[in-house]
Parts: sequence; C-alpha cells; structure tokens
Amino acid sequence: MKSKFHPDKNGYFGQFGGAFIPELLYPNVKELADNYIQIIESEEFQTEYKSLLKDFVGRPTPLYLAKRLSEKYGATIYLKREDLNHTGAHKVNNTVGQILIAKKLGKTKIIAETGAGQHGVATATVCALMGLDCTVFMGEKDIVRQSPNVARMKMLGAKVVPATSGSKTLKDATNEAIRYWIQNPDTFYLIGSVVGPAPHPDMVARLQAIISEEMKWQLKEKTGKENPDTIIACVGGGSNAAGAFYHYLDDEEVELIAVEAAGLGVNSGESAATSQLGQVGVIHGSKTILMQDEYGQIVEPYSISAGLDYPGVGPLHAFLYESGRAKFMNATDKEALTAAYELTKMEGIIPALETAHALAVLPKMKFKKGQVVVINLSGRGDKDLEIFIKYLEE
Amino acid sequence: MNSIKQLFQKKENNLLSIYFTCGYPKLEDTTKVIASLEKSGVDFIEVGLPYSDPLADGPTIQESSQKALENGINLDIVFDQLMTIKETNHTPLVLMGYLNQMLKYGEDKFCQKVVDCGIDTLIIPDLPMVEFENHYQELFDKYGLNNVFLITPHTSEERIRKIDSYTKAFIYVVASSSITGAKGEISNHQVAYFERIKAMNLKNKLIIGFGISDKSTFNTACQYANGAIIGSAFIKDLGENGVENINNFITPIIS
Repeated sequence: MKSKFHPDKNGYFGQFGGAFIPELLYPNVKELADNYIQIIESEEFQTEYKSLLKDFVGRPTPLYLAKRLSEKYGATIYLKREDLNHTGAHKVNNTVGQILIAKKLGKTKIIAETGAGQHGVATATVCALMGLDCTVFMGEKDIVRQSPNVARMKMLGAKVVPATSGSKTLKDATNEAIRYWIQNPDTFYLIGSVVGPAPHPDMVARLQAIISEEMKWQLKEKTGKENPDTIIACVGGGSNAAGAFYHYLDDEEVELIAVEAAGLGVNSGESAATSQLGQVGVIHGSKTILMQDEYGQIVEPYSISAGLDYPGVGPLHAFLYESGRAKFMNATDKEALTAAYELTKMEGIIPALETAHALAVLPKMKFKKGQVVVINLSGRGDKDLEIFIKYLEE
Repeated sequence: MNSIKQLFQKKENNLLSIYFTCGYPKLEDTTKVIASLEKSGVDFIEVGLPYSDPLADGPTIQESSQKALENGINLDIVFDQLMTIKETNHTPLVLMGYLNQMLKYGEDKFCQKVVDCGIDTLIIPDLPMVEFENHYQELFDKYGLNNVFLITPHTSEERIRKIDSYTKAFIYVVASSSITGAKGEISNHQVAYFERIKAMNLKNKLIIGFGISDKSTFNTACQYANGAIIGSAFIKDLGENGVENINNFITPIIS
C-alpha cells in the first residue's frame, strides 16, 4: 500500500522535497532517480546488501533493555544499538547500500560530505571495501573538533578536503561536495543523510529503514508486540530518525519524537533547532524547513554536536513536522552532555553527542507505567571523548 | 517585447554581457558599476544577487557575494538601488539569483519589485524545468518575466529543444561541466559542443557563459554563439582595480 509518507513522482513529501538543482547536475540526478528503486528492490541487491549488513556491519544490532534508565524514568526503555555497527554509527547502513548502487551504475569515484565524521568514516570504509576512490568534504571547524574521525578516514585511504567557506561546518561541506560534483559529473555523490535533491532523501530513508525493520521483530520477541508506544531519535538532517521511524510512519498509534539541537538555547541565536527557528525554503537541492533570514540567506546553525549542526532538516522530517505526525523537541548542549554522562554511568554506554540529544528529552517527558519507549542510539561517543572530558573537568 | 529581444533586433552577434555582484566591492557600488559598464559599451548586464550558499558559483563570485553580504546588502537595498537608475540606464539588465531568495521574499512581491525596476529577465540556476512547468511559468507570465534556462554539455537534445520552446529571451550555454570561473583556453571538446548546439538551429539566441574571461575566449565563444557573459574575471578585476577602472577591463575585449 502506498503510504502518504512516501514521496510522489517528483520526490515531494507533501509540499517538501523536489530536486532544485542546477542544470549541470540534472543528468546525474536523473540517472539515479530512474534506477534506484529498481536496483534496491532487485533480488541481487537485497542479497548482497543484507549479506554485507550481517557479516560486515554486524547486524542485526541489539535492542537492549536499559533497566536502570527504565527504573529512573518510569518507562520500559529500549536502546536500538546502532552504536554497535561497524564504524560506530547507523551511517554505515546507508553507505553499504549506496556503494552497491554506485557500483551498479558503473561509478568508480565517490564523494561525500560529513559533519561529525561518522558518515565520512562509513563512506571511506565502504570505498576501501570496494576499492573505489574516495573524497570526503568536511568543514574546517569540524576537522578540528572531530579529529579522531579525520584520522580514521585518512587511514582508510580517503582524501579529506576542508570546506573553508561560511560557518566551516556541515552546511559548507555539503556546498563544496555539490560544487565538486558539478565539476566532476562522473562521480557518485554518496550523500549522508535524508537531505539533498530527490531521490536522495527517499533512497537514504529506504537504506536506513533496516533499523525499524529490525525493531519490529525484536520488539515482538521481547514484548509480544511489534509496536512500541514511543520512538525517540535525534535529528540533524535526520537519517537515523528516518530509519527508526520508517516502518512505523503509518502506525499512527506509535508516537514519534524527533529531537533537534538547541545549542545554547532555542532563542539564544546559537542554535540548530530548525523546526522552531526555520521556515520553508530551498537548501542543497530540496524544499524543506530551514533557518534563514528575512531575505532567504541561510543562517549559520550552532550545536556542540557536529552532526546536528545543520540549518535544515530532510524534507520527510519537514513533512512529519508540518503534518504533526512527529513531535519535535530539542535539547541544549548542556542537556545533551548531562544525558551522555548519565547513560555512561547508568548503562555503561558512551553515546555520540548527537545521540545524547535524543536521551536528553527523557527528563522532560511524562511516561505511563509500562510505556514502551525505543531510543535510537545512533552512534558511539569515542569521537567526542575530548569534549566529554572537557565537560567533566568543568 | 522584452528588453533582450529588442537588443537582439539591434545587434545579433558579438554581444558582450558582464556579470557583477550587487553591493560589491562596496555597498553603494551597484549603480556605479552599471553606469560604468553601460558607458564602456557592454550590451547587457547580469545583475547578481548575493547569496550565502551559491551552489553554481566558483570561489571568486562566492567571495564577492560574501563581501557584499558583509557590506550589508539585501534584496530591499538592491531593488532600491536599481530603482534609482531606472530612468537613466538604457542597457538591458538580467537579474541572477537563487530560488530561496525569491521564495523567502515572497514570490509575487519579488516579481513585482523586479518589474518595478524595469527588469524583465531572470536567471535562477537552481530552478529546474519541471518546477518551471508546474508552477513558475504561470507566475512569470503573470508579471511578464522571462526565465533563462541553462544548458550544459550533458543536456540531451530533447531537453534542449524543450528549453528552446520555453525560452523568450536567450539560452544560456554553460561552456563546460563546471561552476563559474576562468579556465583559460577553450578546449576542442568545448568547441565540438558549441558546434553541436549551433547546428541545432534553435529559434533562440545563444549566449555562452562560465569560463569566458578575456578577448580571446570571448571571440572564440562569439564564433559559435551570439555572445558571451564574463563574470568571475570581471569580479576579480573589480576587486583589484575598483569601479573607476572598469573601462580598462571592457575596452580591450570589445575593441
């Protein structure tokens, strides 16, 4: 059955989406749009994708009952352990899928953008696996604050190109990747989130949907029911949230909560809480909600977390927000740090700073006894240790 | 009849267009640049609206946009500046900006302001044909505005023919698969592409842009099209030598 949360033939989710691209990119995007569904749905792709997910990535990832966290917040809290994936985050689900699509399309050169570096590492990893040339664009500021991931990318053989314009973060890395793509139309742009021109948001969501696909049978095994009451995930561009929500989008009784980065506070002028601060606009090839001034100039976002430091959300999320299907909340830098520290102490898991934002809304919520909550633990926090340690010292 | 079509009736070939960024190098330079370009004999002028995230522009134009935004330029100031020269400027102006600027400003308000400034032709590089067909054609028709489509070496013949049917001003022939910026020479590959487009005998005039930087590249482009647009090389010169020396940049190209 066709879901209203699937894009239409022009790549729109409601009023959001589309492919607002210069003519220079039209052939690349059309080639992908004409082929991606057929490739993804083919038996050959599914066999190879599922095999790599199992044996290379390490799926299925566990659905872990966080007993101490559950006790503290009065709910039954499960953590979907995407941090246990190879390379340490959900990002690899998408890169494994896209690299197979790139190969099917005969592409040999791969480019990617990255904020926190998790997508860059995941892309460099699959390029190494397949023996393909890899260039990763990363904001100059993010290169400094995510240095362990930069080192990993380089070891994996990727060329890391600093983006020096604008805020020198994820937005600018994406601009640079798109510009490079324009000049090198033979490359495959392995986009890291559910953003960009159609069909990228849908393609990435389909490749991340493995998260909610597993959640369904894992919950059934553990609770007797496929559906939780609530799913919580952090949102920058929104790929881990899209994956965690995907198979539940039409199950309206499942509450979906997307958590954005409030930075120093939603109204502080230093924030990345797009749904609260943004309006309809076009960024990186799609119509969505984005932070901008009255003249349509894109406002530079801020978050302590490099992966959430993005002025827009993917078009599916803009639609989930506008339609009310998902509830959007936010967490400040400080709340995220506190939540990360709490999970570490209570459950022995150091989460990525991005993921910590999802955890940070727990104290703000009221739970019914026995309410089943799944938090998508999108990545592990090794890359953020320096920031965590600095906070601990303070 | 639109201003560009009128221009083409007077002059068919060797048309020189110059791109410049509003509010660069100084906030108040917009009108001075236009006046100076007109005096220097430029045939039409591409007025660039500075944008924070210009995907199709190279580093030179991007930096000029950033500087102009730092100077405090915005759409209201641009339109006010253009209004002041509406009566005195006789060189056709083409407005180039990104779609988000128009969306946020308000599509109708934007179009009305453009018309009020005496401009009838727009270049919006991130406005794809399907969006034009579904929405913007009607909007632009309502205001009597023309949309300039870009074609590239990878645009199919079928698509080029369709673009030709939608075009009322000129077709912007992007010289290579590239963002804006000078490349030096025009290669044999590019010449083959220009010849291919010329041989299609399209109904619209062809103007080549991206990578045209001096007399030599301008003359080569004019062998295969009706004219060419120089952007980055002009912006670079403007940044280095200032508004008062615009004539020194233009004269050697058209002499």
